[in-house]
Amino acid sequence: MADDQLIIGHRNSEWTGFGPLLEEDIAFSSMAQDKIGHSLALYTILHELGESDPDTVAFTRNANQFHNSIFTELANQEYDFSLIRHFLYDTAEALRFELLTNSTCEPLAQVARKVRGELRYHTLHAKTWMKQLGSATEESVSRLQKSLEQAMPYALGMFEESPYEKEIMEAGIFEGEQKLKELWMAKVEETISQTSLHLPDWKIVQPINGGRIGKHTEHLQPLLDEMSEVFRIDPGAEW
Amino acid sequence: MTTISTSVKQIYEWLEDVKDPEIPVLSLVDLGVISNVEIDGDKVSIELTPTFAGCPAMEYMKNEVIEKLKSKGIPKVEATISFRVPWSSEFISEKGKKALKQYGFAPPPSNKLFTELEILENAICPRCDGTDTEMKSPFGPTLCRSLYYCHDCKEAFEQFKPL
Repeated sequence: MADDQLIIGHRNSEWTGFGPLLEEDIAFSSMAQDKIGHSLALYTILHELGESDPDTVAFTRNANQFHNSIFTELANQEYDFSLIRHFLYDTAEALRFELLTNSTCEPLAQVARKVRGELRYHTLHAKTWMKQLGSATEESVSRLQKSLEQAMPYALGMFEESPYEKEIMEAGIFEGEQKLKELWMAKVEETISQTSLHLPDWKIVQPINGGRIGKHTEHLQPLLDEMSEVFRIDPGAEW
Repeated sequence: MTTISTSVKQIYEWLEDVKDPEIPVLSLVDLGVISNVEIDGDKVSIELTPTFAGCPAMEYMKNEVIEKLKSKGIPKVEATISFRVPWSSEFISEKGKKALKQYGFAPPPSNKLFTELEILENAICPRCDGTDTEMKSPFGPTLCRSLYYCHDCKEAFEQFKPL
C-alpha cells in the first residue's frame, strides 16, 4: 500500500507543469502531495515496527524490492490514460482505506481514518471528469474507452494477494483483496453506467499480476532512478 | 526532579502565538492541530495532528511549538505528530473561522452536512457574503484550500476545505 501510494504519487506529480488545464495541473499535483503523504504515514508505521527510516525505504531500494501493483508504475501516456487510471486506482484506494478503518492494527486504522476524508476529494475529482468526458464528444469517449480497455487487466492486478493474505485476514488486519475487488467492481460499474463508456466483460479480463512479489515492468526502474536522484547525490540534503 | 509551575491552560495560551505558516492569522490552537498537552514534572509533551497527511508545514509547526515553549522557560519539550485523533475542519474554533474570513478565505462549512461533497458547490463569498458562487477546483494552492469564483462580486476566492 505504501509503495502503491508512493509510485502513483510520483506519476501524478509528473503532470506538474504539463496539465491540460491549470486546474488539472494543480489537481494532479495536490493529489500527488496527498498520496506521498500517505506513503510517508505508512512507511512510518513500518519504521516503528523495525524497518529502516522512511527515506531509506523509499529511495534506496531497487525495482525488484518494491511491492506496488504494476498498474501504478505504468507511464502516464496521454491524459486520457492518466484519468482512467486515476479513476480506477483511486476508487480502489478509497475503498481499501475505508475497510482499514476497522483494522485490528490500530496504527493502520488511525491512518485510514485520517486518509479517508482526503480521498473523498480525489474520487470526487475522478468521477467528475469521468462523467463529463465519458459522455462529451466522440473523441473524448473513444479515447477513454480505449484507455479503459488497456488499463483493465492492470487494474485487476491491484488485487493480487500477497503471500501473507491468509494471515492478514485471520488477524483481522484487512478483510481481503477479494472483498475489496467486489466492492470496487460495484463502484466502477455505478460510475461507468452514467457515461457512454462500456466496461469490458470482467470474466474474460485476465489480471496482470506480479507487482506484489517484486516482478515489475521496464517502467519502474527509470521512475525510481529519477525519484531518488537527489537522495543519491546527497543523502543528507535538506530542502 | 524539578516540577515546573505552569498549567495546561497557560501552555495553550502560549501556543496561541504560534501561527499556521501559510495563514499567519490563524493560531495552531484555533486550527485545532494541537490534539494533546501534557505536563509531567519538568517536561511538557505536545501532540499535533496533521490537517492533511501530506501537509509539508507539519515539521515546521512542530519546531515552532518547541521553540515557543523553550522561549517561555520550559526546559524539556517533546512534540510529536500523531494520527491518534484524525483532524477535521470541525476542530477549527469560532475565533479561527472569523480569522479565516477576515483574511479572505471562506471558512469550511460543517462536514456533517455532506456525504458526497455537494456542499462544496455552495460556498459563501468571504468578501461580499454572496451566495452565487461556483467551485472552480477542489484543489487550490495548498492541500487544505479549494478555488471558487463569486458571481456577485466577480472575484475569485478560496475556501478552507471541509474535511
